[in-house]
Amino acid sequence: MSIVLGVSDLCKSYSQVTAVEQVSFAVRSHEIVGLLGPNGAGKTTTINMILGVLAPTRGSITIGGIDAAKHRSQALARTNFAAVYATLPGNLTVEQNLRFFGLVYGIKGLSSRIDTLIEQFDLGQLRTTRCGVLSSGEQTRVALAKALLNRPELLLLDEPTASLDPAAAQTVRQQIRALARNEGCGILWTSHNMYEVEEVCDRVLFVSRGRILLEGDPRALPAAHGARTLEELFIQLAREPLQTAEERTR
Amino acid sequence: MRWRPIAGIVLRQIYLFRSSPVRLLPTFAWVAIDIVVWGFITRYLNTVSGSHVNFVPSLLGAVLFWDFFTRIMQGVTTAFFEDVWSRNFLNLFATPLSISEYVTGLVLTSVATSIVGLCAMLVLATLVFGLSFVSLGLMLIPFVLVLFLFGVALGITASAMVLRLGPASEWLVWPMPALLSPFVGVYYPLSTLPAWMRDVGYLLPPSYVFEGMRALVNGESFSAAALAAGAALSIVQLLLAGYLFARVFRYTVRSGLLARYSAESVG
Repeated sequence: MSIVLGVSDLCKSYSQVTAVEQVSFAVRSHEIVGLLGPNGAGKTTTINMILGVLAPTRGSITIGGIDAAKHRSQALARTNFAAVYATLPGNLTVEQNLRFFGLVYGIKGLSSRIDTLIEQFDLGQLRTTRCGVLSSGEQTRVALAKALLNRPELLLLDEPTASLDPAAAQTVRQQIRALARNEGCGILWTSHNMYEVEEVCDRVLFVSRGRILLEGDPRALPAAHGARTLEELFIQLAREPLQTAEERTR
Repeated sequence: MRWRPIAGIVLRQIYLFRSSPVRLLPTFAWVAIDIVVWGFITRYLNTVSGSHVNFVPSLLGAVLFWDFFTRIMQGVTTAFFEDVWSRNFLNLFATPLSISEYVTGLVLTSVATSIVGLCAMLVLATLVFGLSFVSLGLMLIPFVLVLFLFGVALGITASAMVLRLGPASEWLVWPMPALLSPFVGVYYPLSTLPAWMRDVGYLLPPSYVFEGMRALVNGESFSAAALAAGAALSIVQLLLAGYLFARVFRYTVRSGLLARYSAESVG
């Protein structure tokens, strides 16, 4: 499996605060990697740096082997994202939003791609509805459709199921897994739902205070670190965040 | 530069105009009100003034030119504000869209809306008040071009300011044309102004347009060199505006301001 995202020694400091410190990891094609951690741990900062809307203080990011700092447009053409805090313009309809972003991504054969995604995410009834009046679950489906417009090699999903009911969330999880399995997309997924993480992610990275504390299989990690569940391990790590992975192993 | 992303920016604005007719108000309604008010003022001045001056081309023509400049500037900023208002920066700038493509899209949007507005103004001013630009002849083209270039430069500068200072600074943008108007001599010759205001006026390209326009309609000598200086000034200011926007954008990416523009409220 080829590496679609390579993050090396990534740091982000503001005048007095270090938000992300020496973070290095990779995401491979067909792989779903969970980026876990308490609020303020540095997950969104890391995602923003990968998306090119926040410049790292130090370190490098490659997307599909392309240096994102040197070739921003080429790197970002291979990625896409959906996040609960980045809703699509509410004054455009579902179809208008998809067409607008499709053009911005420079997609050829856009009309048929939009039709496919509208069908895939069951948005046919909402095609001409303005996004601002959609329910949060419907907005999430539109955001996911937008995130797949350019058939990204790397997909960044920041709490994509946070506002969905359990049935809708399960459907989304299935669709994302199918995307990784069938289209070879590498996915970086943040979530506070540990049940979901265990179900979806092949590998997780625990982040706290800007550092990666632990990395591994979400189904094997709890037992390896004396916890009964992933949620219990999460809580332990969130409460003693200064221990690094090495210190825990020792 | 790729045409698809630029077309996307323009298409978005077309969608917004189509779905919300209220957005057409600044393009037509305020302009029409300006033309009607100034049209009647010029008629009145023509009847009470004993001078040989015809106020219709000199005053109403100036109003029309100034409105065109204002529409160009606000066309750029309004298209930019759509992304501010809808908190769309994160979605937009996490795409392969380059800054030059984005700004080109804003400018083309402004060109489209302003030309429509200019045509409406011309029709109204010509049919109702008998405004004629025959005396300007082909000089109409460089006059409009200089105003266009400076309008774009000011629009890009204003957008950079809002990007840097946050959405609340939008209120500093709207009065910008009004703040400039005393210095550029829209309604009176620059010689009327005190020296310091005149010096400021010479730095602003529209002043060369309005001086030239007045000279032509009054049948006085017209300095093509002065207009060329105004055109050169507007090109330099446009390049500086583009540089400023790119620099501010890089600052917002470095400082985290761009990411926070969408994720949370910016004061």
